[in-house]
Amino acid sequence: MANNAALDSRQSAPDWSGCEIKSDCATRAKANYPAAAESIARSDDLIPRTVTSFFCADRVRNAIMPFGNTHNNFKMNFSSDEEFPDLTKHNNHMAKVLTKEMYAKLRDKQTPSGYTLDDVIQTGVDNPGHPFIMTVGCVAGDEETYEVFKDLLDPIISDRHSGYKATDKHRTDLNFENLKGGDLDPEYVLSSRVRTGRSIKGYTLPPHNSRGERRAVEDLSVQALASLDGEFKGKYYPLKSMTDKEQEQLIEDHFLFDKPVSPLLIAAGMARDWPDGRGIWHNEDKTFLVWVNEEDHLRVISMQKGGNMKEVFRRFCVGLQKIEEIFKKNNHGFMWNEHLGYVLTCPSNLGTGLRGGVHVKLPKLSTHAKFEEILTRLRLQKRGTGGVDTASVGGIFDISNTDRLGSSEVEQVQAVVDGVKLMVEMEKKLEKGESIDSMIPAQK
Amino acid sequence: MPFGNTHNQLKLKYTADQEYPDLSKHNNHMSKVLTPVMYAHLRDKQTPSGFTLDDVIQTGVDNPGHPFIMTVGCVAGDEETYEVFKELLDPVIQDRHGGYKPTDKHKTDLNPDHLKGGDDLDPNYVLSSRVRTGRSIRGFCLPPHCSRGERRAIETLSNDALRSLSGDLKGKYYALKDMTDEEQQQLIDDHFLFDKPVSPLLLASGMGRDWPDGRGIWHNDNKTFLVWVNEEDHLRVISMQKGGNMKEVFNRFCTGLTKIETLFKQKGHSFMWNEHLGYVLTCPSNLGTGLRGGVHVKLPNLSKHDKFGEVLKRLRLQKRGTGGVDTAAVGGVFDISNADRLGFSEVELVQMVVDGVKLLVDMEKRLEKGQSIDGLMPAQK
Repeated sequence: MANNAALDSRQSAPDWSGCEIKSDCATRAKANYPAAAESIARSDDLIPRTVTSFFCADRVRNAIMPFGNTHNNFKMNFSSDEEFPDLTKHNNHMAKVLTKEMYAKLRDKQTPSGYTLDDVIQTGVDNPGHPFIMTVGCVAGDEETYEVFKDLLDPIISDRHSGYKATDKHRTDLNFENLKGGDLDPEYVLSSRVRTGRSIKGYTLPPHNSRGERRAVEDLSVQALASLDGEFKGKYYPLKSMTDKEQEQLIEDHFLFDKPVSPLLIAAGMARDWPDGRGIWHNEDKTFLVWVNEEDHLRVISMQKGGNMKEVFRRFCVGLQKIEEIFKKNNHGFMWNEHLGYVLTCPSNLGTGLRGGVHVKLPKLSTHAKFEEILTRLRLQKRGTGGVDTASVGGIFDISNTDRLGSSEVEQVQAVVDGVKLMVEMEKKLEKGESIDSMIPAQK
Repeated sequence: MPFGNTHNQLKLKYTADQEYPDLSKHNNHMSKVLTPVMYAHLRDKQTPSGFTLDDVIQTGVDNPGHPFIMTVGCVAGDEETYEVFKELLDPVIQDRHGGYKPTDKHKTDLNPDHLKGGDDLDPNYVLSSRVRTGRSIRGFCLPPHCSRGERRAIETLSNDALRSLSGDLKGKYYALKDMTDEEQQQLIDDHFLFDKPVSPLLLASGMGRDWPDGRGIWHNDNKTFLVWVNEEDHLRVISMQKGGNMKEVFNRFCTGLTKIETLFKQKGHSFMWNEHLGYVLTCPSNLGTGLRGGVHVKLPNLSKHDKFGEVLKRLRLQKRGTGGVDTAAVGGVFDISNADRLGFSEVELVQMVVDGVKLLVDMEKRLEKGQSIDGLMPAQK
């Protein structure tokens, strides 16, 4: 097959004499691309190579969809070195892992929905590094991304998730009764929250999905949520038809999510067509909410003021399992496998996808020389109260679990509960001018 | 924004209606033209390099409308876009370019001797004069769609060509990614530096990808002629200087541009051009001449006059803030330039700017003296 020869415009025209479908190519080309059809006969132009190789590849791979991964094939006209991104000023997980050899090996691959290596890494190329956190620098466009591009993603997952190996198995535990304690001092702990994400099997993910897919995910979600009752009875607010009044109320409740401004997210393509297909559902009590089509298909959030993380986690587990049942009944399970746990858009959220945390007042502890060390040992991370990539305000920090993969939901929330309890006690000690040296924990 | 829609093979499993964008709150050229029927008809097409309908319209879907100007709402990913998606783009072009028909022919005139006057715009009012255009290099995809390899190839080719300019045009290339702090500061002070676009109109089309790889600025030693490489188009060519001598600016513009085109041709690369659309550029608004000739001019009194908008319209001119497209004016100083691009030649467009600005300054002077400008109102050009 003259495919590879066809991709190099510097070579002479390929010999098509043995090709049975050549006349079909010409007919299709003339019908669809009159400008290209004229140039197919010429031997010195870049474009006919692409057109003919596209049709050949299309035939071989899949005759149903007209889109071969044409632009990716077009890129093959350039050498791997010519296409390899300049990562010299970069500091993210992708930049540390992606070598020229790896790029050369993976660049002609694609997932069944057409997601390519360049799609995976675009956000990491466009965003060299972040001042507060080590970013991942790549995203998945569908469930298969984690398989097709495992050469790249397995080492990233290992770096990001503390050495998690390609052969490791992940455990899921959504039994809230397994959590010990969890009622924290509300003088310091202003609010408690647990969130996770879920992806619906059979649809591509937010960086890659089309409007039709996104709307289908929205329809399914709305149907499922509409059947919840009791403490979970609630209402859906699509972003594009929200009234001003509804919008203000949702902002006051701290529920509203808006079009992302973070370049990390935007460069991944997840803001396309905003606000089409996006919305917020919440229960009447305003303690349980679901975001539809933001960074993941679904984000499920349980939250309330004060420090009763136990209650927050109970509601989280119960609600999540009810939702999963309904989706399963409609033949749409969540993306999950025994190696990666729940499959989500960002590799950092694999496993439980769970971020459980509190907004807590730690003005003294946060200025202590050992603050970072303590957090590291407790396997916790700090963020500003605006969420990821914001700074803290007024000594109030968002403290949450660092881990996502390799430990269960219960284990992660337990780490938050125990860790925050300790930090509040440290804060109290420092208020009294006492030392906290004896309280420094061992590495968990 | 990556070209996320380009290779989504699953889209055709959904009906056209399921995929058709919600344009109910939109106000741009694309949203006025794209019907569900047209969408159904075009959605399974792609150019040879794989640019699809959704790629063309993504920026218009993501940006419903703009407070200052009627945006186009679509971009080309390669030369063939204008052919494969002509059903959408011909009416958009017609709306945008004063009724330009699919059968019309465009004229090119880069002979600076044909410009009358233009060397005497009053520098007390006209602070600076500038002419820019864009050029696309045939055989490569355009900024919304090109890969890193293509972009770098364009940069290399451009560098080779510009390096051989001499005399008044002799200059140097500054790649964005290797710029020293000192070089960067100097380029900012000279008002030459372009930075990663912040406009959502541009970002949503994908042209910010891989920034700053393959991007750079070339300018001559005299700092009156510069070329942007791989910003919104493959090349943007700019001639500028302080004061009101538009004739000199236009002279240099035509001379420099013609030299550059010759150099590219010598290397076997022509610019994208055809006799219907003239020079082919990324944004349909820049087809034809791709030329925006303009001045920064002080019009504090005239700009508050209730006929200001009408005057500009009749003169076929447009106003912008001094930060460029989609910014607001500051201190009564406006960027006034030709509104047309297609269907008029370069000389004709710069003539309109020269004659129009002359008139606007006369009006400003009248208003300063408290006199009326009613007698000066021009007819519609």
